[in-house]
Amino acid sequence: MSTLVTGQTGRSLWDDARDTLKKNRAAMTAIALMGFIVLLVLAAPLLSPYSIDSTDWERISIPPSFATSHWFGTDDVGRDLFIRTLYGGRISLLVGLAATAVSLLIGIAWGATAGYAGGKVDQVMMRIVDVLYAMPFMFVVILLMVFFGRNIFLIFVAVGAINWLDMARIVRGQTLSLKKKEFIEAARAGGVSPANIVRRHIVPNLLGVVAVYVTLTIPQVILVESFLSFLGLGVQEPMTSWGALVNDGAQVMETAPWALVFPAVFLALTLFCFNFIGDGLRDALDPRDRRDS
Amino acid sequence: MLSFAFRRFLSGIPTLLVLLALSFALIRVAPGGPFDTEKQVPPEIQERLNAAYHLDEPLWMQFGRYLGNLMRGDFGPSFQYKDYTVTELIGAGFPVSLQLGGLAMLLALLAGISIGTTAALKQNSRTDHVVMGMAMTGISIPNFVLAPLLVLLFAVTLRWLPAGGLGEWRSLVLPVISLALPQIAYVARLTRGSMIEVLRSDFIRTARAQGLPTLEIIVGHALKPALVPIVSYLGPATAGIITGSVVIEQIFGVPGLGRFFVQGALNRDYTLVMGVVVFYGVLIIVFNFLVDLAYRWLDPRVQL
Repeated sequence: MSTLVTGQTGRSLWDDARDTLKKNRAAMTAIALMGFIVLLVLAAPLLSPYSIDSTDWERISIPPSFATSHWFGTDDVGRDLFIRTLYGGRISLLVGLAATAVSLLIGIAWGATAGYAGGKVDQVMMRIVDVLYAMPFMFVVILLMVFFGRNIFLIFVAVGAINWLDMARIVRGQTLSLKKKEFIEAARAGGVSPANIVRRHIVPNLLGVVAVYVTLTIPQVILVESFLSFLGLGVQEPMTSWGALVNDGAQVMETAPWALVFPAVFLALTLFCFNFIGDGLRDALDPRDRRDS
Repeated sequence: MLSFAFRRFLSGIPTLLVLLALSFALIRVAPGGPFDTEKQVPPEIQERLNAAYHLDEPLWMQFGRYLGNLMRGDFGPSFQYKDYTVTELIGAGFPVSLQLGGLAMLLALLAGISIGTTAALKQNSRTDHVVMGMAMTGISIPNFVLAPLLVLLFAVTLRWLPAGGLGEWRSLVLPVISLALPQIAYVARLTRGSMIEVLRSDFIRTARAQGLPTLEIIVGHALKPALVPIVSYLGPATAGIITGSVVIEQIFGVPGLGRFFVQGALNRDYTLVMGVVVFYGVLIIVFNFLVDLAYRWLDPRVQL
């Protein structure tokens, strides 16, 4: 006990990661921008005198104007596009977070169980993942949406339930390699129960990889939701999402291009930010796995 | 190699069965049938209709019947398009989608590989940063956002290209580009990463030391090993292009398979939706199989 190294505070993985991340200008800009978008979306009702479905019959399809506080203009039934874009953002971000949480739960439970149990259990569980992995996933989601009505809750579940495959694979791989590490062996030799080993030693060491993967899953999920909404299978009126707004905008772009441009820019910026943050986190938290760029 | 091919082939079968069973179950469990109309059909006629389409049999029998028909290449009659079988509809739509998707894939590979190689050669230069920043943008902007913006710019504002339809080659330009752009970005990123690694290896240094011109080093020596990761990306790329073609065909009014799929989904055309999912599912599974074989052939160290 007395031979423990003292006098020097250790640097955790997270300290290192924070420093690396702070040096990554692209990622820091993305974080700031994303924070701004989130603030904007949350503060939406405070920023505009209009509500999401109030129609302004005097001003239908008007371009952005400051005089009337229609900062992004109005759509073809006179609804304010600024407030609709921000509320659409709420739905898009909410779906992104919720579906990612679903995939996170299933993925971690599945992957950690398979990885820690090993042997036959592992083989069977991962075969199931392989089989599901080869499915044309977007088509299955479309099928789900078509046949079980178009509500937001179903989008969370459908997208989350399909997106957990990557998470399970990554978590399993990490668990397998962690299991062989000396500190796990030490814990086992010290008589720590398997459940405690998983909880105290394996899961905390998975968090880095999982964090990276979460930031990369959120934009994928937002994309899927927008895709569905674009096809008219996602969020239904009077609620809206960025995908639905882009679809609406695309129909009237010849006469009212602003209806397309604003939601498109918000959607693209958000995806852009998440991708940059994810890339930055990957470099910071997982230096071994530095793939391209 | 043969036993590898055989094992890999067998592993595709459960995927296919799960896909078939899942879409079949979904379609049958779902509320609302193809004969639900506002006007109530007399029960006798309803019964006859159900019997004619075997909708009165237990589910497993319907599934067996469906599988049997599939083996014979028969996807059944469309529930929505009068007087057409699903096989005919797929036959009509697929060549159009294939042309669109094939061109997009070709463009993605050519452009992606050249862009990635250029960036790798000038690693960490300004060109590299700009090009890779653009690639990130390409990945971030979904093609259903990009497509209307391209139409707005090139068809509505500048009037250089038609906004949709199918006929002359010019009408293909925008759909192909919108479909290819995200894939160009992915391929460019992958190529850059693997090219950088290859360029650092000993045999390239030797080639440089012998004074070979850069172009010859790249084309003659570096390209083949650098392309191995690209080959393994072909599977996801195909799936991406197929999925993308659904929206792109919708936006540009291209009469391809993706458009049938969306229409069928909105109209609850059971057989058509199922037919398209099965068709694309088989296509993707077969394609992945071929890609794995090619990958293994290029790099025998690969274990799958």
